[in-house]
Amino acid sequence: MLEVRGLSKSFGGFRAVSDVDLAVAEGEIAAVIGPNGAGKSTLFNLISGHLQPTAGRVFVDGRDITGVAPYKICGMGMGRSFQRTNIFPKLSVLENVQAAFLVHRGQGLNFWSRSEKLYRDDSEALLASIGLAGRADATAGTLSYGNQKQLELGIALASDPKILLLDEPTAGMSASETHETIALIERIAHERGLTLLFTEHDMAVVFSIARRITVLHQGSVIAHGDPATVRADPDVRRVYLGDHQ
Amino acid sequence: MTALARRVPWTLVVFLVAMFVPWVGSRYDTFLATQIAISALFAMSLNLLLGTTGLVSFGHVAYFGIGAYVCGILMKTYAMPFSIALPAAALGAALGSLVFGFFCVRLTRIYFAMLTLAFSQIIWAICFKWNEVTGGDQGLPDVPYPDLEWMTSIPLLGDFNIADQFYVLTLMVVMLSLAAMKRIIGSPFGRMLTTIRENPERASAIGVDVRRYELAAFVAAGGFAGIAGALFGIFNRGVFADYVYWPKSAEVMIMTILGGIGHFWGPVVGAATLVLLNQETTSYTEYWSFVLGAILLVLLFTFPGGIVGGLTAGVAWIRRKRQGAANA
Repeated sequence: MLEVRGLSKSFGGFRAVSDVDLAVAEGEIAAVIGPNGAGKSTLFNLISGHLQPTAGRVFVDGRDITGVAPYKICGMGMGRSFQRTNIFPKLSVLENVQAAFLVHRGQGLNFWSRSEKLYRDDSEALLASIGLAGRADATAGTLSYGNQKQLELGIALASDPKILLLDEPTAGMSASETHETIALIERIAHERGLTLLFTEHDMAVVFSIARRITVLHQGSVIAHGDPATVRADPDVRRVYLGDHQ
Repeated sequence: MTALARRVPWTLVVFLVAMFVPWVGSRYDTFLATQIAISALFAMSLNLLLGTTGLVSFGHVAYFGIGAYVCGILMKTYAMPFSIALPAAALGAALGSLVFGFFCVRLTRIYFAMLTLAFSQIIWAICFKWNEVTGGDQGLPDVPYPDLEWMTSIPLLGDFNIADQFYVLTLMVVMLSLAAMKRIIGSPFGRMLTTIRENPERASAIGVDVRRYELAAFVAAGGFAGIAGALFGIFNRGVFADYVYWPKSAEVMIMTILGGIGHFWGPVVGAATLVLLNQETTSYTEYWSFVLGAILLVLLFTFPGGIVGGLTAGVAWIRRKRQGAANA
Protein backbone atom coordinates (compact mmCIF):
# COMPACT_ATOMS: atom_id res chain seq x y z
CA MET A 1 0.00 0.00 0.00
CA LEU A 2 2.66 2.47 1.10
CA GLU A 3 6.24 1.91 0.10
CA VAL A 4 9.32 4.02 0.67
CA ARG A 5 12.59 3.22 -1.09
CA GLY A 6 16.01 4.67 -0.29
CA LEU A 7 14.50 7.93 0.99
CA SER A 8 17.06 10.57 2.06
CA LYS A 9 16.89 14.19 3.06
CA SER A 10 19.79 16.52 3.78
CA PHE A 11 19.53 20.00 5.25
CA GLY A 12 22.80 21.63 4.29
CA GLY A 13 25.37 19.05 5.36
CA PHE A 14 23.09 17.38 7.89
CA ARG A 15 21.47 14.11 6.84
CA ALA A 16 18.16 14.12 8.68
CA VAL A 17 16.90 11.01 6.90
CA SER A 18 19.28 8.61 5.29
CA ASP A 19 18.41 5.80 2.88
CA VAL A 20 15.19 4.70 4.58
CA ASP A 21 13.21 1.70 3.28
CA LEU A 22 9.73 1.10 4.59
CA ALA A 23 6.65 -0.81 3.50
CA VAL A 24 3.19 -0.89 5.01
CA ALA A 25 0.65 -3.41 3.71
CA GLU A 26 -3.01 -2.56 3.21
CA GLY A 27 -4.93 -2.43 6.49
CA GLU A 28 -1.77 -2.76 8.55
CA ILE A 29 -0.94 -0.66 11.60
CA ALA A 30 2.74 0.24 11.57
CA ALA A 31 4.86 2.52 13.71
CA VAL A 32 8.08 4.44 13.31
CA ILE A 33 9.90 4.93 16.57
CA GLY A 34 13.18 6.48 17.55
CA PRO A 35 14.65 8.98 20.00
CA ASN A 36 14.10 12.73 19.57
CA GLY A 37 15.84 13.99 16.46
CA ALA A 38 15.89 10.56 14.84
CA GLY A 39 14.15 11.99 11.75
CA LYS A 40 10.61 10.69 12.29
CA SER A 41 8.82 13.94 11.51
CA THR A 42 11.11 14.64 8.58
CA LEU A 43 10.30 11.19 7.21
CA PHE A 44 6.57 11.95 7.51
CA ASN A 45 6.97 15.31 5.80
CA LEU A 46 8.81 13.58 2.96
CA ILE A 47 6.03 11.02 2.56
CA SER A 48 3.19 13.59 2.68
CA GLY A 49 4.92 15.92 0.21
CA HIS A 50 5.57 18.76 2.67
CA LEU A 51 9.31 18.27 2.06
CA GLN A 52 11.11 17.22 -1.11
CA PRO A 53 13.49 14.28 -0.68
CA THR A 54 17.14 14.61 -1.70
CA ALA A 55 17.01 11.02 -2.97
CA GLY A 56 14.66 8.04 -3.01
CA ARG A 57 11.03 7.45 -3.92
CA VAL A 58 7.63 7.13 -2.30
CA PHE A 59 4.91 4.87 -3.73
CA VAL A 60 1.22 4.64 -2.88
CA ASP A 61 -0.57 1.66 -4.39
CA GLY A 62 2.41 1.24 -6.71
CA ARG A 63 2.07 4.83 -7.92
CA ASP A 64 5.13 7.07 -7.59
CA ILE A 65 4.13 10.15 -5.59
CA THR A 66 7.62 11.53 -4.93
CA GLY A 67 7.71 15.31 -5.27
CA VAL A 68 3.94 15.63 -5.71
CA ALA A 69 2.41 18.66 -3.94
CA PRO A 70 0.79 17.94 -0.55
CA TYR A 71 -2.71 19.01 -1.64
CA LYS A 72 -2.58 16.47 -4.49
CA ILE A 73 -1.26 13.70 -2.26
CA CYS A 74 -4.25 14.31 0.00
CA GLY A 75 -6.51 13.77 -3.01
CA MET A 76 -4.78 10.43 -3.67
CA GLY A 77 -6.05 9.07 -0.37
CA MET A 78 -3.34 9.94 2.13
CA GLY A 79 -4.35 11.93 5.21
CA ARG A 80 -2.09 13.08 7.98
CA SER A 81 -1.89 14.75 11.35
CA PHE A 82 0.96 16.86 12.62
CA GLN A 83 3.09 16.64 15.73
CA ARG A 84 2.39 20.21 16.74
CA THR A 85 -1.39 20.36 16.82
CA ASN A 86 -2.55 21.67 13.52
CA ILE A 87 -6.15 22.81 13.32
CA PHE A 88 -7.95 25.98 12.19
CA PRO A 89 -8.11 27.66 15.61
CA LYS A 90 -10.60 30.47 14.98
CA LEU A 91 -13.15 28.32 13.15
CA SER A 92 -15.69 26.26 15.04
CA VAL A 93 -15.05 22.55 15.56
CA LEU A 94 -17.74 21.72 13.01
CA GLU A 95 -16.32 24.19 10.46
CA ASN A 96 -12.89 22.59 10.80
CA VAL A 97 -14.18 19.18 9.77
CA GLN A 98 -16.63 20.65 7.25
CA ALA A 99 -13.79 22.47 5.46
CA ALA A 100 -12.07 19.15 4.84
CA PHE A 101 -15.30 17.61 3.52
CA LEU A 102 -15.84 20.60 1.21
CA VAL A 103 -12.43 20.44 -0.39
CA HIS A 104 -12.41 16.65 -0.59
CA ARG A 105 -15.75 16.62 -2.41
CA GLY A 106 -14.64 19.17 -4.98
CA GLN A 107 -16.66 22.13 -3.64
CA GLY A 108 -13.61 24.34 -3.13
CA LEU A 109 -14.29 26.54 -6.13
CA ASN A 110 -18.00 26.82 -5.44
CA PHE A 111 -18.44 30.58 -4.97
CA TRP A 112 -22.16 30.66 -4.44
CA SER A 113 -23.63 27.99 -2.14
CA ARG A 114 -23.90 28.58 1.58
CA SER A 115 -21.05 26.54 3.01
CA GLU A 116 -22.54 26.30 6.50
CA LYS A 117 -25.32 24.07 5.20
CA LEU A 118 -23.17 21.70 3.15
CA TYR A 119 -22.19 18.27 4.55
CA ARG A 120 -23.45 19.26 7.98
CA ASP A 121 -24.76 15.79 8.73
CA ASP A 122 -21.56 14.12 7.61
CA SER A 123 -19.54 16.54 9.73
CA GLU A 124 -21.70 15.92 12.78
CA ALA A 125 -21.53 12.15 12.30
CA LEU A 126 -17.76 12.30 12.02
CA LEU A 127 -17.48 14.45 15.15
CA ALA A 128 -19.65 11.94 16.99
CA SER A 129 -17.41 9.06 15.91
CA ILE A 130 -14.32 10.81 17.30
CA GLY A 131 -16.05 11.75 20.52
CA LEU A 132 -16.52 15.48 19.90
CA ALA A 133 -20.28 15.49 19.29
CA GLY A 134 -20.98 17.92 22.11
CA ARG A 135 -18.32 20.42 21.08
CA ALA A 136 -19.42 21.12 17.48
CA ASP A 137 -20.05 24.84 18.03
CA ALA A 138 -17.02 25.53 20.21
CA THR A 139 -14.18 27.59 18.76
CA ALA A 140 -11.54 25.02 17.89
CA GLY A 141 -8.69 26.97 19.53
CA THR A 142 -10.44 26.86 22.92
CA LEU A 143 -10.59 23.05 23.09
CA SER A 144 -8.37 21.16 25.52
CA TYR A 145 -5.14 19.86 24.07
CA GLY A 146 -6.44 16.30 23.91
CA ASN A 147 -9.64 17.41 22.18
CA GLN A 148 -7.63 19.40 19.63
CA LYS A 149 -5.66 16.25 18.81
CA GLN A 150 -8.95 14.38 18.36
CA LEU A 151 -10.19 17.16 16.10
CA GLU A 152 -7.04 16.95 14.05
CA LEU A 153 -7.72 13.26 13.55
CA GLY A 154 -11.26 14.21 12.48
CA ILE A 155 -9.98 16.70 9.91
CA ALA A 156 -7.73 14.02 8.45
CA LEU A 157 -10.58 11.48 8.36
CA ALA A 158 -12.93 13.85 6.52
CA SER A 159 -10.79 13.42 3.41
CA ASP A 160 -11.70 9.71 3.56
CA PRO A 161 -8.08 8.56 3.38
CA LYS A 162 -6.95 5.02 2.68
CA ILE A 163 -3.62 5.71 4.35
CA LEU A 164 -3.34 7.77 7.49
CA LEU A 165 -0.08 9.18 8.82
CA LEU A 166 -0.21 10.25 12.45
CA ASP A 167 2.77 12.15 13.81
CA GLU A 168 2.90 11.56 17.59
CA PRO A 169 -0.87 11.37 18.06
CA THR A 170 -0.54 11.31 21.85
CA ALA A 171 2.27 13.86 22.30
CA GLY A 172 1.72 15.94 25.42
CA MET A 173 -1.26 13.92 26.62
CA SER A 174 -1.87 12.63 30.10
CA ALA A 175 -1.84 8.87 30.66
CA SER A 176 -5.63 8.60 30.56
CA GLU A 177 -5.92 10.82 27.47
CA THR A 178 -3.28 8.69 25.77
CA HIS A 179 -5.19 5.55 26.59
CA GLU A 180 -8.48 6.95 25.21
CA THR A 181 -6.87 8.34 22.09
CA ILE A 182 -5.15 5.09 21.24
CA ALA A 183 -8.36 3.15 21.75
CA LEU A 184 -10.10 5.64 19.45
CA ILE A 185 -7.44 5.41 16.74
CA GLU A 186 -7.46 1.62 16.85
CA ARG A 187 -11.25 1.46 16.62
CA ILE A 188 -11.40 3.91 13.70
CA ALA A 189 -8.56 2.18 11.85
CA HIS A 190 -10.45 -1.11 12.07
CA GLU A 191 -13.85 0.38 11.20
CA ARG A 192 -12.51 2.09 8.12
CA GLY A 193 -9.94 -0.53 7.16
CA LEU A 194 -7.25 2.15 7.25
CA THR A 195 -3.60 1.61 6.56
CA LEU A 196 -2.01 3.41 9.47
CA LEU A 197 1.53 4.63 9.95
CA PHE A 198 2.32 6.56 13.10
CA THR A 199 5.25 7.82 15.11
CA GLU A 200 5.21 7.61 18.85
CA HIS A 201 7.51 8.07 21.79
CA ASP A 202 5.40 6.07 24.25
CA MET A 203 6.63 2.48 23.98
CA ALA A 204 3.59 1.00 25.70
CA VAL A 205 1.39 2.53 23.01
CA VAL A 206 3.57 1.33 20.19
CA PHE A 207 3.81 -2.26 21.35
CA SER A 208 0.10 -2.40 22.12
CA ILE A 209 -1.23 -1.58 18.64
CA ALA A 210 1.52 -1.70 16.01
CA ARG A 211 1.93 -4.95 14.08
CA ARG A 212 5.13 -3.75 12.47
CA ILE A 213 7.74 -1.39 13.84
CA THR A 214 10.57 0.48 12.19
CA VAL A 215 13.25 1.96 14.43
CA LEU A 216 15.04 5.09 13.28
CA HIS A 217 18.29 6.28 14.78
CA GLN A 218 20.09 9.36 13.49
CA GLY A 219 18.11 9.21 10.27
CA SER A 220 18.78 5.54 9.47
CA VAL A 221 16.71 2.40 9.99
CA ILE A 222 18.46 0.23 12.59
CA ALA A 223 15.75 -2.38 13.03
CA HIS A 224 12.54 -3.44 11.44
CA GLY A 225 9.94 -6.12 12.15
CA ASP A 226 7.17 -7.23 14.46
CA PRO A 227 7.13 -6.00 18.08
CA ALA A 228 8.83 -9.09 19.49
CA THR A 229 11.71 -8.93 17.00
CA VAL A 230 12.25 -5.22 17.57
CA ARG A 231 12.10 -5.58 21.31
CA ALA A 232 14.76 -8.31 21.20
CA ASP A 233 17.06 -6.49 18.79
CA PRO A 234 20.39 -5.72 20.50
CA ASP A 235 20.94 -2.44 18.57
CA VAL A 236 17.51 -1.19 19.54
CA ARG A 237 18.09 -2.10 23.16
CA ARG A 238 21.39 -0.25 23.13
CA VAL A 239 20.36 3.04 21.44
CA TYR A 240 16.77 3.36 22.37
CA LEU A 241 15.09 1.10 24.84
CA GLY A 242 18.07 1.20 27.14
CA ASP A 243 19.73 -1.88 28.49
CA HIS A 244 17.95 -1.69 31.82
CA GLN A 245 14.69 -2.79 30.20
CA MET B 1 -25.12 36.88 16.93
CA THR B 2 -28.61 35.60 17.56
CA ALA B 3 -30.46 33.60 14.95
CA LEU B 4 -32.84 36.50 14.34
CA ALA B 5 -30.05 39.02 13.73
CA ARG B 6 -28.49 36.59 11.27
CA ARG B 7 -31.67 36.36 9.22
CA VAL B 8 -31.91 40.13 8.72
CA PRO B 9 -30.67 41.04 5.22
CA TRP B 10 -28.28 43.67 6.54
CA THR B 11 -27.01 44.71 3.13
CA LEU B 12 -30.55 45.65 2.10
CA VAL B 13 -31.19 47.47 5.39
CA VAL B 14 -28.02 49.54 5.05
CA PHE B 15 -28.90 50.28 1.42
CA LEU B 16 -32.40 51.52 2.29
CA VAL B 17 -31.16 53.68 5.16
CA ALA B 18 -28.38 55.18 3.06
CA MET B 19 -30.93 55.96 0.31
CA PHE B 20 -32.43 58.64 2.56
CA VAL B 21 -29.32 60.82 2.58
CA PRO B 22 -30.26 62.98 -0.46
CA TRP B 23 -33.70 63.72 1.04
CA VAL B 24 -32.76 64.52 4.59
CA GLY B 25 -29.24 65.84 4.09
CA SER B 26 -27.65 68.70 2.23
CA ARG B 27 -25.89 68.50 -1.09
CA TYR B 28 -22.65 68.22 0.86
CA ASP B 29 -23.96 65.29 2.88
CA THR B 30 -24.68 63.46 -0.36
CA PHE B 31 -21.15 64.22 -1.50
CA LEU B 32 -19.73 62.73 1.70
CA ALA B 33 -22.05 59.73 1.52
CA THR B 34 -20.89 58.99 -2.04
CA GLN B 35 -17.28 59.15 -0.92
CA ILE B 36 -18.01 56.85 2.03
CA ALA B 37 -19.83 54.31 -0.17
CA ILE B 38 -16.94 54.14 -2.66
CA SER B 39 -14.29 53.96 0.08
CA ALA B 40 -16.31 51.26 1.82
CA LEU B 41 -16.29 49.12 -1.32
CA PHE B 42 -12.55 49.66 -1.74
CA ALA B 43 -11.85 48.76 1.90
CA MET B 44 -14.15 45.77 1.69
CA SER B 45 -12.29 44.46 -1.35
CA LEU B 46 -8.99 44.77 0.53
CA ASN B 47 -10.48 42.87 3.45
CA LEU B 48 -11.17 39.92 1.18
CA LEU B 49 -7.37 39.56 1.25
CA LEU B 50 -6.55 40.92 4.70
CA GLY B 51 -9.33 39.57 6.89
CA THR B 52 -10.58 36.57 4.95
CA THR B 53 -7.43 35.09 3.38
CA GLY B 54 -4.81 36.58 5.70
CA LEU B 55 -2.82 38.20 2.88
CA VAL B 56 -1.31 41.64 3.48
CA SER B 57 -1.28 43.68 0.27
CA PHE B 58 0.46 47.06 0.29
CA GLY B 59 -0.39 47.61 -3.36
CA HIS B 60 -4.15 47.27 -3.50
CA VAL B 61 -4.47 50.76 -4.98
CA ALA B 62 -3.06 49.44 -8.27
CA TYR B 63 -6.34 47.69 -9.09
CA PHE B 64 -8.41 50.63 -7.87
CA GLY B 65 -6.35 52.76 -10.26
CA ILE B 66 -6.67 50.37 -13.19
CA GLY B 67 -10.45 50.41 -12.71
CA ALA B 68 -10.50 54.22 -12.55
CA TYR B 69 -8.40 54.61 -15.70
CA VAL B 70 -10.19 51.93 -17.73
CA CYS B 71 -13.59 53.41 -16.91
CA GLY B 72 -12.38 57.01 -17.36
CA ILE B 73 -10.69 56.34 -20.69
CA LEU B 74 -13.64 54.39 -22.07
CA MET B 75 -16.19 57.00 -21.02
CA LYS B 76 -14.19 60.11 -21.90
CA THR B 77 -11.98 59.15 -24.84
CA TYR B 78 -14.29 56.60 -26.45
CA ALA B 79 -17.65 57.95 -25.21
CA MET B 80 -18.72 54.49 -24.09
CA PRO B 81 -21.75 54.14 -21.81
CA PHE B 82 -21.27 53.42 -18.11
CA SER B 83 -22.95 50.03 -18.51
CA ILE B 84 -19.96 48.90 -20.61
CA ALA B 85 -17.24 50.94 -18.91
CA LEU B 86 -17.96 49.62 -15.41
CA PRO B 87 -17.76 45.88 -16.23
CA ALA B 88 -14.70 46.65 -18.37
CA ALA B 89 -13.09 48.39 -15.39
CA ALA B 90 -13.78 45.37 -13.17
CA LEU B 91 -12.43 43.00 -15.81
CA GLY B 92 -9.35 45.14 -16.45
CA ALA B 93 -8.56 45.31 -12.75
CA ALA B 94 -9.15 41.56 -12.36
CA LEU B 95 -6.87 40.86 -15.31
CA GLY B 96 -4.18 43.11 -13.82
CA SER B 97 -4.42 41.31 -10.49
CA LEU B 98 -4.29 37.94 -12.26
CA VAL B 99 -1.00 38.84 -13.93
CA PHE B 100 0.62 40.44 -10.86
CA GLY B 101 -0.99 38.04 -8.41
CA PHE B 102 0.52 35.11 -10.31
CA PHE B 103 3.94 36.30 -9.11
CA CYS B 104 2.87 37.61 -5.70
CA VAL B 105 1.32 34.35 -4.42
CA ARG B 106 4.64 32.61 -5.04
CA LEU B 107 6.01 34.60 -2.10
CA THR B 108 4.82 34.67 1.49
CA ARG B 109 4.29 37.26 4.22
CA ILE B 110 6.47 40.35 4.02
CA TYR B 111 7.85 39.35 0.62
CA PHE B 112 4.32 39.04 -0.71
CA ALA B 113 3.50 42.49 0.71
CA MET B 114 6.61 44.09 -0.79
CA LEU B 115 5.95 42.60 -4.21
CA THR B 116 2.37 43.93 -4.24
CA LEU B 117 3.82 47.35 -3.41
CA ALA B 118 6.41 47.07 -6.19
CA PHE B 119 3.75 46.18 -8.76
CA SER B 120 1.53 49.07 -7.66
CA GLN B 121 4.44 51.46 -8.15
CA ILE B 122 4.94 50.07 -11.65
CA ILE B 123 1.27 50.77 -12.42
CA TRP B 124 1.69 54.26 -10.99
CA ALA B 125 4.75 54.91 -13.18
CA ILE B 126 2.85 53.76 -16.27
CA CYS B 127 -0.13 55.99 -15.47
CA PHE B 128 2.18 58.91 -14.74
CA LYS B 129 4.23 58.64 -17.94
CA TRP B 130 1.94 57.24 -20.64
CA ASN B 131 0.73 60.63 -21.82
CA GLU B 132 -1.20 59.57 -24.91
CA VAL B 133 -3.50 57.23 -23.01
CA THR B 134 -3.61 58.29 -19.37
CA GLY B 135 -2.85 61.97 -19.76
CA GLY B 136 0.35 61.48 -17.74
CA ASP B 137 0.83 63.97 -14.90
CA GLN B 138 -2.09 66.04 -16.21
CA GLY B 139 -4.41 63.12 -15.68
CA LEU B 140 -7.74 62.65 -17.36
CA PRO B 141 -9.98 65.56 -16.37
CA ASP B 142 -13.70 65.92 -17.13
CA VAL B 143 -14.76 62.31 -17.07
CA PRO B 144 -18.47 62.63 -17.85
CA TYR B 145 -21.27 61.50 -15.57
CA PRO B 146 -23.12 58.44 -16.87
CA ASP B 147 -26.43 59.02 -18.60
CA LEU B 148 -28.91 58.76 -15.76
CA GLU B 149 -32.00 60.08 -17.54
CA TRP B 150 -33.84 56.83 -16.79
CA MET B 151 -33.80 57.66 -13.10
CA THR B 152 -36.05 60.69 -13.57
CA SER B 153 -38.89 58.38 -14.53
CA ILE B 154 -38.68 56.56 -11.19
CA PRO B 155 -41.14 58.01 -8.69
CA LEU B 156 -39.51 59.86 -5.75
CA LEU B 157 -36.19 60.15 -7.62
CA GLY B 158 -37.61 62.48 -10.28
CA ASP B 159 -36.37 65.78 -8.88
CA PHE B 160 -32.84 64.60 -8.04
CA ASN B 161 -29.91 66.52 -9.49
CA ILE B 162 -27.11 64.62 -11.24
CA ALA B 163 -24.96 64.32 -8.10
CA ASP B 164 -27.88 62.80 -6.18
CA GLN B 165 -28.58 60.45 -9.07
CA PHE B 166 -24.96 59.38 -9.20
CA TYR B 167 -25.11 58.74 -5.47
CA VAL B 168 -28.08 56.42 -5.99
CA LEU B 169 -26.23 54.61 -8.77
CA THR B 170 -23.09 54.33 -6.62
CA LEU B 171 -25.12 52.98 -3.74
CA MET B 172 -26.69 50.32 -5.96
CA VAL B 173 -23.35 49.21 -7.41
CA VAL B 174 -21.66 49.19 -4.00
CA MET B 175 -24.46 47.26 -2.31
CA LEU B 176 -24.64 44.66 -5.08
CA SER B 177 -20.85 44.24 -4.83
CA LEU B 178 -21.05 43.93 -1.05
CA ALA B 179 -23.82 41.35 -1.34
CA ALA B 180 -21.73 39.37 -3.82
CA MET B 181 -18.69 39.53 -1.54
CA LYS B 182 -20.78 38.40 1.42
CA ARG B 183 -21.97 35.46 -0.61
CA ILE B 184 -18.40 34.60 -1.64
CA ILE B 185 -17.13 34.78 1.95
CA GLY B 186 -19.92 32.45 3.10
CA SER B 187 -19.39 30.01 0.22
CA PRO B 188 -17.23 26.88 0.25
CA PHE B 189 -14.62 28.93 -1.62
CA GLY B 190 -14.70 31.47 1.21
CA ARG B 191 -14.21 28.68 3.74
CA MET B 192 -11.11 27.56 1.85
CA LEU B 193 -9.76 31.12 2.12
CA THR B 194 -10.32 31.15 5.89
CA THR B 195 -8.50 27.83 6.26
CA ILE B 196 -5.55 29.41 4.44
CA ARG B 197 -5.67 32.39 6.80
CA GLU B 198 -5.84 30.13 9.84
CA ASN B 199 -3.21 27.59 8.85
CA PRO B 200 -1.82 27.29 5.31
CA GLU B 201 0.15 24.12 6.12
CA ARG B 202 -2.96 22.36 7.41
CA ALA B 203 -5.00 23.68 4.49
CA SER B 204 -2.63 22.06 2.01
CA ALA B 205 -2.78 18.79 3.95
CA ILE B 206 -6.59 18.64 3.56
CA GLY B 207 -6.19 19.14 -0.18
CA VAL B 208 -6.34 22.92 -0.65
CA ASP B 209 -4.11 24.20 -3.45
CA VAL B 210 -3.04 27.23 -1.41
CA ARG B 211 -1.47 29.29 -4.20
CA ARG B 212 -4.37 28.79 -6.57
CA TYR B 213 -6.92 29.90 -3.98
CA GLU B 214 -4.78 32.85 -2.95
CA LEU B 215 -4.60 33.90 -6.58
CA ALA B 216 -8.38 33.54 -6.96
CA ALA B 217 -8.89 35.72 -3.87
CA PHE B 218 -6.39 38.25 -5.23
CA VAL B 219 -8.25 38.45 -8.55
CA ALA B 220 -11.67 38.82 -6.89
CA ALA B 221 -10.34 41.52 -4.56
CA GLY B 222 -8.73 43.31 -7.53
CA GLY B 223 -11.96 43.19 -9.53
CA PHE B 224 -14.02 44.74 -6.74
CA ALA B 225 -11.32 47.37 -6.17
CA GLY B 226 -11.59 48.15 -9.89
CA ILE B 227 -15.32 48.79 -9.51
CA ALA B 228 -14.60 51.17 -6.63
CA GLY B 229 -11.95 52.93 -8.73
CA ALA B 230 -14.32 53.34 -11.68
CA LEU B 231 -16.94 54.98 -9.44
CA PHE B 232 -14.30 57.19 -7.82
CA GLY B 233 -13.07 58.55 -11.16
CA ILE B 234 -16.56 59.64 -12.14
CA PHE B 235 -17.29 60.97 -8.65
CA ASN B 236 -14.14 63.12 -8.72
CA ARG B 237 -14.83 64.21 -12.32
CA GLY B 238 -11.45 62.97 -13.45
CA VAL B 239 -8.75 60.33 -13.05
CA PHE B 240 -5.29 61.34 -11.89
CA ALA B 241 -2.03 59.51 -11.25
CA ASP B 242 -2.12 60.10 -7.50
CA TYR B 243 -5.13 57.72 -7.30
CA VAL B 244 -2.60 54.98 -7.94
CA TYR B 245 0.09 56.30 -5.64
CA TRP B 246 1.03 54.16 -2.63
CA PRO B 247 -0.36 56.41 0.14
CA LYS B 248 -3.82 55.45 -1.06
CA SER B 249 -2.94 51.81 -0.36
CA ALA B 250 -2.03 52.85 3.16
CA GLU B 251 -5.23 54.84 3.54
CA VAL B 252 -7.48 51.93 2.56
CA MET B 253 -5.54 49.66 4.89
CA ILE B 254 -6.05 52.12 7.74
CA MET B 255 -9.80 52.17 7.00
CA THR B 256 -9.99 48.40 7.00
CA ILE B 257 -8.00 47.89 10.20
CA LEU B 258 -9.73 50.81 11.94
CA GLY B 259 -13.14 49.29 11.29
CA GLY B 260 -12.01 45.76 12.07
CA ILE B 261 -10.77 43.04 9.73
CA GLY B 262 -12.51 40.26 11.64
CA HIS B 263 -16.06 41.36 10.88
CA PHE B 264 -17.87 41.66 7.56
CA TRP B 265 -19.03 45.26 8.19
CA GLY B 266 -15.72 46.37 9.72
CA PRO B 267 -14.29 47.98 6.56
CA VAL B 268 -17.56 49.86 5.93
CA VAL B 269 -17.51 51.30 9.44
CA GLY B 270 -13.80 52.09 9.07
CA ALA B 271 -14.36 53.89 5.77
CA ALA B 272 -17.21 55.97 7.17
CA THR B 273 -15.22 56.81 10.31
CA LEU B 274 -12.12 57.86 8.41
CA VAL B 275 -13.96 59.99 5.85
CA LEU B 276 -16.02 61.75 8.55
CA LEU B 277 -13.04 62.19 10.90
CA ASN B 278 -11.05 63.65 8.05
CA GLN B 279 -13.92 66.02 7.34
CA GLU B 280 -14.44 67.10 10.93
CA THR B 281 -10.84 67.57 11.91
CA THR B 282 -9.74 69.42 8.78
CA SER B 283 -12.37 72.04 9.45
CA TYR B 284 -10.94 72.61 12.95
CA THR B 285 -7.23 72.08 12.48
CA GLU B 286 -4.66 71.78 9.75
CA TYR B 287 -2.89 69.01 11.68
CA TRP B 288 -5.26 66.35 10.37
CA SER B 289 -2.55 63.70 10.07
CA PHE B 290 -1.49 64.28 13.67
CA VAL B 291 -5.04 63.93 14.97
CA LEU B 292 -5.63 60.83 12.86
CA GLY B 293 -2.41 59.28 14.11
CA ALA B 294 -3.36 59.91 17.74
CA ILE B 295 -6.86 58.49 17.26
CA LEU B 296 -5.52 55.42 15.50
CA LEU B 297 -3.00 54.86 18.26
CA VAL B 298 -5.70 54.91 20.94
CA LEU B 299 -8.08 52.76 18.90
CA LEU B 300 -5.49 50.13 18.03
CA PHE B 301 -4.36 49.79 21.64
CA THR B 302 -7.84 49.71 23.17
CA PHE B 303 -9.63 47.82 20.38
CA PRO B 304 -7.19 45.55 18.55
CA GLY B 305 -10.20 44.15 16.68
CA GLY B 306 -11.05 47.58 15.30
CA ILE B 307 -14.24 49.54 16.00
CA VAL B 308 -16.59 46.69 15.15
CA GLY B 309 -14.41 44.20 17.04
CA GLY B 310 -14.54 46.48 20.09
CA LEU B 311 -18.31 46.90 19.85
CA THR B 312 -18.88 43.14 19.50
CA ALA B 313 -16.69 42.50 22.54
CA GLY B 314 -18.58 45.21 24.45
CA VAL B 315 -21.99 43.72 23.63
CA ALA B 316 -20.79 40.26 24.63
CA TRP B 317 -19.48 41.69 27.91
CA ILE B 318 -22.78 43.41 28.72
CA ARG B 319 -24.69 40.23 27.88
CA ARG B 320 -22.46 38.20 30.21
CA LYS B 321 -22.95 40.77 32.96
CA ARG B 322 -26.72 40.61 32.55
CA GLN B 323 -26.71 36.85 32.56
CA GLY B 324 -24.56 36.91 35.68
CA ALA B 325 -27.05 39.31 37.34
CA ALA B 326 -29.99 37.15 36.27
CA ASN B 327 -28.36 34.03 37.68
CA ALA B 328 -27.45 35.67 40.98
